[in-house]
Amino acid sequence: MSVTEMFSYIQGFLSADQDVREDIRKVVQILEQNAREILTVLQSVHQPSGFKEIPSKCARARELFCTVRTQLADLKTKFPVEQYYRFHEHWRFVLQRLAFLSAFVVYLESETLVTREEVAQILGIEVVREKGFHLDVEDYLAGVLIMASELSRLAVNSVTAGDYSRPLRISNFINELDSGFRLLNLKNDPLRKRYDGLKYDVKKIEEVVYDLSIRGLAKEPESGVDK
Amino acid sequence: QPFLPPSGEGCPRKNADAVQDRDASANPSSPIIAVFKVFQQELDTKHDKYERLVKISRDVTIESKRTIFLLHRVTSVPNAEDILNEADVKLDAVRQKIGLIAEELRGEDIYQFHRAFTAGIQEYVEAVSFLHYIRHRSLISLEEINARLVFMRTEKVDPKGSDEALPLGAQVLTFHVTPSDYLLGVADLTGELMRMCISSVGNGDIDTPFQLSQFLRQIHDGFSYIGNTGPYEVSKKLHTLRQSLGKVEDACYALRVRGSEIPKHMLADVFSSRTTLLDPEEGVV
Repeated sequence: MSVTEMFSYIQGFLSADQDVREDIRKVVQILEQNAREILTVLQSVHQPSGFKEIPSKCARARELFCTVRTQLADLKTKFPVEQYYRFHEHWRFVLQRLAFLSAFVVYLESETLVTREEVAQILGIEVVREKGFHLDVEDYLAGVLIMASELSRLAVNSVTAGDYSRPLRISNFINELDSGFRLLNLKNDPLRKRYDGLKYDVKKIEEVVYDLSIRGLAKEPESGVDK
Repeated sequence: QPFLPPSGEGCPRKNADAVQDRDASANPSSPIIAVFKVFQQELDTKHDKYERLVKISRDVTIESKRTIFLLHRVTSVPNAEDILNEADVKLDAVRQKIGLIAEELRGEDIYQFHRAFTAGIQEYVEAVSFLHYIRHRSLISLEEINARLVFMRTEKVDPKGSDEALPLGAQVLTFHVTPSDYLLGVADLTGELMRMCISSVGNGDIDTPFQLSQFLRQIHDGFSYIGNTGPYEVSKKLHTLRQSLGKVEDACYALRVRGSEIPKHMLADVFSSRTTLLDPEEGVV
């Protein structure tokens, strides 16, 4: 094989690779749009009027996840199933977003931590790599950390809206999450950096709880974690 | 009304209490802690594999580099065949290491760990293509490289242990160099070829530079054809490649124009810097 033939072959390979990535990008763009719509629905819970409407907003979000499931099913068809990590960078961001949104919905509904399996179910994907398009454990954890930030904001806004007990429950929840994350041996990667932000969320929520308790505004926090 | 300090300034006692309360609520039998223990194991397993691959890849890099240094000596010794045979042996050892990489990757998505071993593989491509060029004056193909990265692994051995017995459950393990790693290895090869050109001139060999010049030009043209569609590291290496090609082309020019005038032992000095090759008095081409 001559030099020219070799490069011609490689060029063919690279060109095909580019085409696949272009297809993937198109679907990811739609997914990002879907994620933004779900976020818009859920973000309104921060408004004082939003707290009463939490159940209906969660229901609405769940409806929107149907579209997400369809899009992800489409995404799966764009590349060979055993090459997930070859293209993973294209959807890593939006998948973390979707994991966060799933976790947020589940927290608003039941005040528990969504499991990886539940997120995969909401999104219509797998948990185990060998079974197909899956949710990587690191993307799931990133989503959980994004939710932690959202909850620290929710704690603040709960007080503003006159709900003085919610922050205490959020505080217990976040502290337990923090204990869980401390068990992990993280490397110096993006997940580690994101985890470093968790302590600021913990601190912010602690201060809210402190403000409430010294003013006698809060009852004793229930240790009801296993709801 | 009691004075309330602004809540932004936590007094040390408040924070210490908070930490105690926080850890007290970390019930070891809580479902969250339990599930994070599973995550810990999963992440540790993945990180450990990644680190093992990094270690093997480092060995591959070192041995490949040593092979390249060895191969540069062919221009300065009378019997090149000894060096080529020694290089064969060294690269066989490197291939065994790549077999270890293949074992680690068995059942895995190779792209999840690609960054751990890509540097070593590129170095191997550079070494093996260098040897191939010296022997055959041609570019080794990706297929030829991958054909030699096939490994036999035995799952069980015949309990009688005799040499004639066939191993039970013999497995074939393959490692595929990706087109992208091949490309990057070949880009680095051009730097070694440029060095070889300069040193061969210094040894009085005036044929090799012209052969190399033609070969390098073909490779350079190939990379130009690929342009930006390759991995972005290729675009970075293209700049170095152009410099290498320029040095080799200038060497050929100088040999053609002034080769007969210069004593052989001084030829190497002529090519030590590019600026000396363009003499303003002779007219710049």
